[in-house]
Amino acid sequence: MKLSSSLENNPDIDSWLQFHSDGKITVSTGKVELGQKLITAFTVIVAEELDVDPGRIIVITADTSGSPNEGYTAGSNSMESSGMALRQVAAKVRQVLLEKASHQLGVQVENLNVDDGEISSSLPNQSVTYMELTGGKNFNIKVSEDVVPKRHDQYHLIGNKVPGIGYEDLVTGATTFVQDLELPGMLHARVVRPPGYHARLQELNEKDVREMPGVVGVVVDGSFLAVVCEREEQAVRASKRLSGLAIWDESKEINTENIFIQLKKNNRQSLPVIKGVAELSAVPSIKTPQNSAKTITATYQRPYHMHGSVGPSAAMALYDDQEIKVWTHSQGVYPLRLALADVLDIEENRIHVVHVPGAGCYGHNGADDAALDAVLAARAFPGKPVLLKWERVDEHSWEPYGSAMQIELQANMDKSGKILYWNHETYSDTHLKRPSAHGKESRLLASWHMQVPKQSPQVKPLTGYHTGIHRNADPIYDFNDRRIVKHLVDNLPLRVSTLRSLGAYANVFAIESFMDELAHSCGRNPLEFRVDNLSDYRAKAVLEAAVEKANSRIISKGGGHGRGFALARYKNAKCYAAVAVDLLVDDYGSIKLLRAVIAADAGQVIDPDGLRSQLEGGLLQSASWTLKEQVKFDEKGITSQDWESYPIMTFAEVPEIETILIDRKDRPVLGAGEATQGPTAAAISNAVFDAVGLRLRRIPFTPEMVLEAAAET
Amino acid sequence: MANFRINVNGCDHQLDVDESTPLIYILRNDLGLKGTKLGCGLEQCGACKVIVDGKAVFSCNSPVSSFANCSVTTIEGIGTADKLHPIQKSFVKEKAAQCGYCIPGIIMAAKALLDTTPYPDKEMVCEALADNLCRCGTHPQILKAVMRAASEMRK
Ligand code: FES
Ligand code: FES
Repeated sequence: MKLSSSLENNPDIDSWLQFHSDGKITVSTGKVELGQKLITAFTVIVAEELDVDPGRIIVITADTSGSPNEGYTAGSNSMESSGMALRQVAAKVRQVLLEKASHQLGVQVENLNVDDGEISSSLPNQSVTYMELTGGKNFNIKVSEDVVPKRHDQYHLIGNKVPGIGYEDLVTGATTFVQDLELPGMLHARVVRPPGYHARLQELNEKDVREMPGVVGVVVDGSFLAVVCEREEQAVRASKRLSGLAIWDESKEINTENIFIQLKKNNRQSLPVIKGVAELSAVPSIKTPQNSAKTITATYQRPYHMHGSVGPSAAMALYDDQEIKVWTHSQGVYPLRLALADVLDIEENRIHVVHVPGAGCYGHNGADDAALDAVLAARAFPGKPVLLKWERVDEHSWEPYGSAMQIELQANMDKSGKILYWNHETYSDTHLKRPSAHGKESRLLASWHMQVPKQSPQVKPLTGYHTGIHRNADPIYDFNDRRIVKHLVDNLPLRVSTLRSLGAYANVFAIESFMDELAHSCGRNPLEFRVDNLSDYRAKAVLEAAVEKANSRIISKGGGHGRGFALARYKNAKCYAAVAVDLLVDDYGSIKLLRAVIAADAGQVIDPDGLRSQLEGGLLQSASWTLKEQVKFDEKGITSQDWESYPIMTFAEVPEIETILIDRKDRPVLGAGEATQGPTAAAISNAVFDAVGLRLRRIPFTPEMVLEAAAET
Repeated sequence: MANFRINVNGCDHQLDVDESTPLIYILRNDLGLKGTKLGCGLEQCGACKVIVDGKAVFSCNSPVSSFANCSVTTIEGIGTADKLHPIQKSFVKEKAAQCGYCIPGIIMAAKALLDTTPYPDKEMVCEALADNLCRCGTHPQILKAVMRAASEMRK
């Protein structure tokens, strides 16, 4: 069995799993819990493989002082990398311990049974526990390719009796989020950001602030400002006062020209995408195939979107001569450590970064930036822990957004409606600006404002399989002749980085809306039209399951009702998801979702409830982006500064959701946390067309945009 | 600075603090009740909801002085891990939390509703949660949990 990629880098069993004298088993992962229920899944995988009660297992998430270095928790990779590593580690441990037991009890391995860590044979008084066998000692062995995990028909827990882990703490308020940390002698801090991206501090007389009650210090490093106080509310007040006192040079403005014009006219680097991989070669020219009877083109657009975590970013830092300790909700403690070391110009091993849960982040948000902010504040008060939190306005105005994108599609069809040629071009900023080691440059926000400011490193087009801009640009349909191009556009106005599903959201929105347009253009049923172009049976199965379920019930017959659906396989390699949506469109352009159906195939299902909530949560978040959201800005800065100026989905807007899981027990687990983002947007657009014959190609579908689109047609 | 008496989760507290301090900082930092979450400080997201004299209110923006002589209930006041309130139990049963940051505020809003409305319909629940935001999209599980809690509490 091929070893998980995480194991190739960290093959030592002891770095993953340890038995303790109190009967507990600790399991270390380099990944972090983000609300995606990774701890539950990992617990179940290990408990299943070892045949122990899940209650014995304690999962320890990323910490630079001990956990395996698994980079970021991102890209729906954790189950396939860390999860499978743990399965293989646990299988190896079980094998080793059973062999020991066999030796000790004089019974063949085949005749041994394991029940909650107790190994026994059918003979009386013949048993020994895992703990007795290990004696708390290290294994000192590596996992090798001969490891044989359980077969799926031997499972007791997986896909079935999965306990809820951590819910009691969440519902009683006992979970400690990074925002809730408390250490003796702790100080509270807030940042005061410039009024806009390019504003720089001109003058500051902070004397008044220093005299405010509880103010311990004002940290000024170039245009980076923070206040440090005894009490939290004092820090809030002092930061407001300081903000009022600072005078900024705001002469450099943000380019507010229509973003879709900027996407087309700015400099760009263009690469062809072949089988999901961008190639460093010339982009082929567009052709006109023989027998082309019809050429159809369409352009799709998405604006900048926010992660919009409900908990503003925060971090705690403790600075002293020996060590700088940072508590953070970053998705990657090791890369963050490298980035911090570069900015502070110190040895990486002087920094200890620990992950603590934050509110859901959905990609790279302000977490890493807050970590640097906290370190800069704590540096002024060695020996004192400083808890620094962003205010809501900081989060909304400074987080790195999901990139605005424009996608242009063209299809040539013959007389029968067969697609002869498919052309897809995506224009976008990058989707990957996570901090890491960048030497003299940095991607951490405060580093750009410091006395000796750093530059954000120039981005290069990523060539990997389904990375950033070209994620899911290559359709899963069988088109023989296809031309896919990614355009990495320079010099765009807003700060961006990874937002759940990256480029896949808009690429799938475009492809799946366009498939609908093509079907209608030749009078075909959109389901049959797709199926005719699809040979992947698993893709067909989810699509048909979703549509059949949606059609099985009449939701509304009234005017303005529509139903639409869409399909994608995330990165063409992970979870398959089809989404069908029923909605109403009224005369004022307002769209109400009535019902959504998801059918998904994530391979072997480990935790059905966890999987369902990831798929449904993804659908609702995507519906919110698609119907309501758009980051707004003017010459000075971001104007979407709170939940009123950047509204998101509320309870009353949530449709009824039904989710069908196709459990392929004998297939590998497939990451699913980002699978519904793209199909949801297209399903909504297709349902609006079904309802009122209006094709929406620009997100968000707010009433104003819907009426605008109606006026244009 | 001023002197106040406020009752939180059944205990009287004498406080000597700046009277303009929003209640949430007192709850979290002076009384150690960190279950009440800070989400926006603008009365827009509901993460900070507590119950005051039977009503769910925001604690992030109103000064502590406006709660003098009131009885405040926070998430810690309604149940603990070994003695969960029926609403908390229902949230656990329905696994109604992803990151969970929004959950304490939502449970408090739900409690204020269910305490006076034993037979709520979905619209009433949505109305009670109208200013509670959940970015993880846990809404379906949350709505199920609140309906389950309503029926548990009627028993
Ligand atoms: S924190 Fe009070 S409403 Fe958001
Ligand atoms: S569960 Fe994460 S915000 Fe609601």
